[in-house]
Amino acid sequence: MTFLARFRLATFVLMLLAIAAAVPVFAQKLGPDGAPNPTASVTGQRELLQQEPRITGRVDIPDIKSSVLIQPAGRTWDYFHQVLLRWGGGVVILGTVALLAIAYLILGKLPISAGRSGRKVVRFEAFERFAHWLTAASFVILGLTGLNITFGKALLLPLVGPDLFAAISQIAKYVHNFTSFAFVAGLLLITVIFFKDNLLEKVDMDWLKQGGGFIKNRHAPAGRFNFGEKLVFWLSIAAGIAVSVSGFLLLFPFYGTDILGMQLAQVVHAVVAILFVALILGHIYIGTVGMEGAFEAMGTGEVDLNWAKEHHDQWIAKKLASETRPSATAAE
Amino acid sequence: MARMKFLCDADRCIDCNACVTACKNENEVPWGINRRRVVTINDGKPGERSVSMACMHCTDPPCAAVCPVNCIFPTEDGVVLHNKDQCIGCGYCFYACPFGAPQYPQVGNFGSRGKMDKCTYCAGGGGPEAPGSAAEFAKYGSNRFGEGKLPMCAEMCSTKSLLAGDGDIIAQIYGERVRKRGYGSGAWGWTTAYHEDVEV
Repeated sequence: MTFLARFRLATFVLMLLAIAAAVPVFAQKLGPDGAPNPTASVTGQRELLQQEPRITGRVDIPDIKSSVLIQPAGRTWDYFHQVLLRWGGGVVILGTVALLAIAYLILGKLPISAGRSGRKVVRFEAFERFAHWLTAASFVILGLTGLNITFGKALLLPLVGPDLFAAISQIAKYVHNFTSFAFVAGLLLITVIFFKDNLLEKVDMDWLKQGGGFIKNRHAPAGRFNFGEKLVFWLSIAAGIAVSVSGFLLLFPFYGTDILGMQLAQVVHAVVAILFVALILGHIYIGTVGMEGAFEAMGTGEVDLNWAKEHHDQWIAKKLASETRPSATAAE
Repeated sequence: MARMKFLCDADRCIDCNACVTACKNENEVPWGINRRRVVTINDGKPGERSVSMACMHCTDPPCAAVCPVNCIFPTEDGVVLHNKDQCIGCGYCFYACPFGAPQYPQVGNFGSRGKMDKCTYCAGGGGPEAPGSAAEFAKYGSNRFGEGKLPMCAEMCSTKSLLAGDGDIIAQIYGERVRKRGYGSGAWGWTTAYHEDVEV
């Protein structure tokens, strides 16, 4: 055998192998009469679902989103919503309430240890309070109407009956949709107004080392906002962005999302919202029943001088200094 | 009681869309909503199959489980119906549905969702309207089921690809077909909808 003939033989064998490898993965099936049946060589839903999570195809109608034939993930989302979210959310919210109740029983209302001085200092300007209460009021409305969607049928439905509950939920849905814009506006204002004073500083480490003011006889130093307040600020902004973006994706169905995108958006929206509610419950506690003299900062905008000295010593020192300096120069 | 199901024999479906048209005509479905549609898999390639799909009237229906106002429920025949008076248009049943059945007419601001609409198995609605009444027809469409008839889509199917009726009987018919012709691409959606497959 010449070299050329050997070469030809090798090429031929290689070609045969290549053809064998190119045969479709699904083997040719035979009909009952023994003849090859090309229409029988078809992939079923089991193989398709192993390749991708959703079976999609072509539809004749213009509604492209109906081209998803089967998406078993719907049942997974059902499990998340009915089991994980309801139990997880219930545990987180009730657990937070229980922790705050225990904190109140142990610590009580933290007093102004030096007593009230009777002298008031401005802590929040009117516009700052407006931004805070715009966000706060819309948050409470969004929280209650949102919790109704997940927990309403277990808690409220048995009390008021299906027809009244449906009417309440219908109104709640529209209130939730429209209040979202007020919340986003308030969140933007808060971010801009309080951004500078919430940047982390060295004093925040000292505040942490001193136990954040929760340990008696240990003074925790802070600027305008202490580390705990800064934590609430940054977590609120992060959670606020997450719920706003995911919420608007749900509000405008199929704008930039598909079914999977909306399922994920709902998971993000629900989980972050539950954690957000828990965070704000803690924020409300320390701002009202948890500490004497704290609420008036956002209520009237003025706090007692001794409260300011105990909780925000560096801020009040700077503020008093800046207030006396211009008058001193004016006296010259 | 018989358990009502749908079964699409994809090896017989010719993508003629008669079921889609029959459904729209029988139920006078609102503009922009298709309770049934035909999806073609591997379009133009070997192994192409068309499947007619609508609400499968699932066992343990996920839409009913997630509905925040409990307005969706299965009847004793296994037909999943809903009450449009109570529906708030939140979209949750659409997220949960494995078959994309729930749809919403666009109402008001932003593409916000109106009352959910889906296949009723031509069995009227789940609201307080009297079965077969004009009020029920206007809101939900035909109530053939109350007259002892099967859904119009399956009755109209030119190749008898789409089967409706007692789940055991249509599974038996499909099984006989597969055994006789020697192949079948399976009962599409059955494992997801009914937690069971047709044994052939």
